[in-house]
Amino acid sequence: MNSPHIPKHIPAEGYIPPSRQREAPQGGYKWIGQNMKRVEDPRLLTGQGGYIDDVKLPNMAHAAVLRSDRAHARIKRIDVSKARALPGVLLVMTGEDAKKVTGPTAQFASPPVVQYCIAVDRVRHVGEAVAAVVAETRYIAEDACDLIDVEYEDLPVMVDPEVSMSATGDAVLHPERGPTNLAHRHTYAFGPVDEDFKQADLVVERRLYWPRSGGQPLETVGAVADYQSGTGKFNIHTNSSFLNYVGWLVGASLGVPAHKLNLIPMTTGGSFGSKLFTHKVITLAATLARACGRPVKYLEDRLDNTMSCDNHGSDRIYRCKLALKRDGTMLSLRFQVIDDYGAYLQYGYGTHGNSLCQIVGPYRINSVSMELVAVMTNKCQQGAYRGFGSEVTNWMLERMADAAADELKMDRIALRRHNLIQPDQFPYVIPSGNVYDSGNYPAVMDEALRLADLPKWKQIQAEARAQGRHVGIGMATCQERSVFSATEFWSLNPQETPGFTLTSSPESTQIRVDPTGNVQVTLGSPFWGNSPETMAVQLVAEQFQIDPANINVVYADTNSGFNSTGPGGSRFTVMIAGAIVGASIKVKDKMRRIAGKMMEVGPEDLEFRNGHIGVKGVPGMQKGFGEVALYAHYFRLDLPDGDDWSSGLDAAYVYDHPLTTMPAKDRSHLGIFYPIMGHMCHLALVEVHAKTGKVEILDYVAVHDAGTVVNPMTLAGHIRGGTAQGIGTTLYEQFHYDENGQLLTASFADYLIPTLHEMPPAIRVGHVETPSPFTEYGIKGGGEGGRMGAPGALSSAVEDALQRLGVRVDELPLTPRRVRELIRQAEAR
Amino acid sequence: MAEVIVKVKVNGKAYTRAIEPRMLLSDFLREELELKGTHVGCEHGVCGTCTVLVDGETARSCLVFAAQVDGAEVRTIESLAVNGKMNALQEAFWEKHGLQCGFCTPGMLMSATELLEKNPDPSLEEIREAVSSNLCRCTGYYNIVEAVQTAVAKMKEAQA
Repeated sequence: MNSPHIPKHIPAEGYIPPSRQREAPQGGYKWIGQNMKRVEDPRLLTGQGGYIDDVKLPNMAHAAVLRSDRAHARIKRIDVSKARALPGVLLVMTGEDAKKVTGPTAQFASPPVVQYCIAVDRVRHVGEAVAAVVAETRYIAEDACDLIDVEYEDLPVMVDPEVSMSATGDAVLHPERGPTNLAHRHTYAFGPVDEDFKQADLVVERRLYWPRSGGQPLETVGAVADYQSGTGKFNIHTNSSFLNYVGWLVGASLGVPAHKLNLIPMTTGGSFGSKLFTHKVITLAATLARACGRPVKYLEDRLDNTMSCDNHGSDRIYRCKLALKRDGTMLSLRFQVIDDYGAYLQYGYGTHGNSLCQIVGPYRINSVSMELVAVMTNKCQQGAYRGFGSEVTNWMLERMADAAADELKMDRIALRRHNLIQPDQFPYVIPSGNVYDSGNYPAVMDEALRLADLPKWKQIQAEARAQGRHVGIGMATCQERSVFSATEFWSLNPQETPGFTLTSSPESTQIRVDPTGNVQVTLGSPFWGNSPETMAVQLVAEQFQIDPANINVVYADTNSGFNSTGPGGSRFTVMIAGAIVGASIKVKDKMRRIAGKMMEVGPEDLEFRNGHIGVKGVPGMQKGFGEVALYAHYFRLDLPDGDDWSSGLDAAYVYDHPLTTMPAKDRSHLGIFYPIMGHMCHLALVEVHAKTGKVEILDYVAVHDAGTVVNPMTLAGHIRGGTAQGIGTTLYEQFHYDENGQLLTASFADYLIPTLHEMPPAIRVGHVETPSPFTEYGIKGGGEGGRMGAPGALSSAVEDALQRLGVRVDELPLTPRRVRELIRQAEAR
Repeated sequence: MAEVIVKVKVNGKAYTRAIEPRMLLSDFLREELELKGTHVGCEHGVCGTCTVLVDGETARSCLVFAAQVDGAEVRTIESLAVNGKMNALQEAFWEKHGLQCGFCTPGMLMSATELLEKNPDPSLEEIREAVSSNLCRCTGYYNIVEAVQTAVAKMKEAQA
C-alpha cells in the first residue's frame, strides 16, 4: 500500500487501521465475475414471489387508515361512532386510543422528535394518519374511514423552509422541542477554510436547489401482524429491510421486549431506500392486531405511501462558494445547506453525515465548511432514497465544477481532470476524515471518453448548432461511497444530545452443509430487489468450489437471524462477502480435518476443487463433497473426541464493518465511516427542444469502478436502473407541495416516473476495476451509482446545449415548463 | 350490498363466484381465486403492474370490476408456465436480466404476451411501444426490450 495522503488537521499516526482482508483479490475466479443468471428469478417470473400482500393468515382482518387532508391543524374532535356501527367493522382506533397502548415510533433524531403511528392532538402534514379501522375486508375498512368525522382547527402552514426557520407561535410544529422550527443549525469546518479562501484567485458562487423526489417502488409498504396473547408474542410479516438490525425498536414502541417480537421478511417489490425501516406501518399493524385479537394486514395504498411513508428524499437549498486558483486548481469549498426535512426527523441528520463522506468528490480540495440548517415544515418526513444525501452533494459539486470552468473560460472536462485525485495518492483521507480506499479516476474518465467517442459527439453537436438546434454534452465525475458505518447517523448531532451513538453495522450469515453435500446459506438481510441470493451463491460456490445448483439460500427472521444491517448504502455485496468468507473458513477447516482423517493425510495438504476435497498436486486422491458431508454427520465414532469434531457441518459468522473509526470529539474530522469508494464518470449527449422545453437524451455513457465485480450483468442492471432514476430526478420528478401544504403530485399520474420513452436509446455501461485493499476479494458497492451521477451529467449537458442563450441550470427538475421558463428569462435579458 | 354472480374462465379454468359488484378484478383474482401473481402497483391505472389479458386484450385489472369480465376469458401470469416449465418469454426475461425486484414483471410479461400473440415478428419500435405501457422502477427497461427481442428470435427458431 502507498503511504496514505492525510490532511494536516488530522492526526496521521495510526489514522488508518490495518486491513482485515483475508481473500486478497487475485483474479482467475471460477464463479466470481460471471454473468450468472439470477437464482431469484424463476419464482418471480411465475407469479410466486411471495410479497407482503400475498400473506393470508387464518382469520386475518384488514386495516385502512384515515389520513389528514390538512397540512397543519389541531384535532379538536373525532367522531367514530358511525364507523364503529358499520357491519363488518371490528375496531376503530384514534391516536388517543393508540397512545394508551403503544408508545412513540422509533426514530434516530437527537433530541428526539416525537411521532406516533396515529397522530395525537395535532396533524403536521397532509396524509398523516388520523384514525385506523380494522374490518372483515379492506373494502369495509375503507368505507368506515369515510364515516369518521374529524373536526380540525387549522394552524399556520409552513411549506417554505426559509420562512419556516424563523416562524414562531402556532407555526412551530413541535413546541415541546423548542420555540422554533429549526431542528438543528451548526457549522462544521474541516481544515483551514479561511486560509485557503485567502489564497484564491477566484471564488465561484451559486445558489442551487435540489427538489424532493422519492424511490417510489411499485410495491408499497405493508405488514401482517399476529399477536398471540397466550405467549405475549408478536409475529409480524414485513417488507422492512432493517429487521435484524434495529427491528427490535418496534418492540420498544409496543412495550414488549425484543424476544417477544418476531419479524418475518417477505420478498420486497423494490425499495431504493424507502423500505429501510418501515416502522410506522409495522407498529400500526401490530397495535391494531393486539387490540382486536385477530391477525391484521395493513398495506398502504399508493396515496398512503406517497403522502406519508419513508419515500421522500433530500430537499435542499445550497449557497456554495468554491475557491480556486487561476489555473483551475480547487482549494476549498464553503457552503450553507438548508434542508427541508418535513414534519418529523426519523433518521436525524444522517443524510448530511452521508454527504460529508465524499464531500470533495474525486477532487483534491484541501478544506471544507458546511453550515447545516435543518428545518421542519408541514410536509412528509424525509426517508432514504438511493444516495441518502450524497447524490445531492455530487450534483452540487458538479454544478460548481461547471460554473468554475465557465468563469475561468476553461474546458469543463479539462478542469475536472486537472483536479482529480491521482492513482498513487490512495488511500486518500479527505478533509472530513473519511478515507477513499483506492481508485483510478483518470482511467475511468478515459474509458468513458473512449466509449462515448467524444470527437464524434462534438461533431454531432457542431452540425446541430449549425442548424440552429440546441445539442449539449455533459460530464459528471463522481464518487459512489459504499458500505456505511453507523456513525454517519449521529456524528452531526449536537454535542449536548449525542443520541444513540452506535458503531456497529455488521452483516451475518449461517452456512450449513447438509448430509448430502448440499449447502444452505441463511442470510440475515432480506431481498429488496437486489440479488442477495445470486451474490451468496456465487461467493459460496467460489469458496467451496462447488456447483451453484448445490447451494440454496434462505432468509432469517428475527427469531433466528444474527446481527445484520440489511441492504442500504451499497453495502450488501461487500458485507455478505465478508460474512461468507468468515463462515466458509470455519466450515472448510472442519471439512479438511475430516477429509484428512478419511484419507489419512494432513488437513494442510488438502484443497477444495470441482466438488471434491483432494490432496494438492495429486489429482486422483480426493473425496466427494457429499462423501465428506455424510461422514461428518453420521460417523462420529470414526473421529476423535472433542468439540472440534462434533457431528454436522455448520458455522455462523458476523462480519463487522471492514474499516471504520470514531469521529473526533470536537468534530474537526468525522473519522473513517464510508471508505469503500466507488467512482464513476457519466457522459450525456442531449438535445433541448427550445420551443417545447423537452430534453431528449441522444446518447449516454456510464463507466463505474466498483472494485472486483461479482456479477457484471447485475451490476450493469443497477447502473442502468439507477441512471433511469437519476433521469427522473433531473427531468421529471418532484413531490410538489402548494402553499397550503397540499401534495399536488401524490399519484403516478402527477408524479412522473420515466417510462421507456423518456430513456435514451441506450445507456452504454463500462467498468474499471480497482479492487479495494480492505474488503474480501476487493469488492466495492455499486447499488446507487446511477442516480448519483446522472443528475450532474444531464444538468451539465442541458446547460451546454443552451449555452448560447446564457441559461444556467441551478434548479431541478428540468421539466419542459422549467426549461421554457429558463429560455424565456434568458431571452428577456 | 347485493351480490352478483360472475362466471369467468381464468387460465382455462371455469369459476362461478357471488361477489360484490364493486369488487375489482385485481382483488377478485388475488383474494377470491388466490392467484397472487397479479400485483397491484398504483390503483389508478397508470403503472400497468396489474395488467392481465381479458379475451386476449391487455387490461388494467385495478380499473376493471370483476363483474365486467362475466363470460370472458382471463389470463394471468400463472398461465404462462406449463407444468412448471417457463415459456420462451419468461426464459428470455431470465436470461437477459429483465427484472430486479420482480414486482412489475407479471404485468410486463402479460403486455409482452399480448404483443407477441398479435404480432409474432414485432419491430424494435413496436416492442418499445408495448413495453412503454408499463412502469418499471428497477431496470431502466433496456433488458426488458432485449428480453422480448430474444423471445421473438427463440420463438421463430422453434417454428422454423
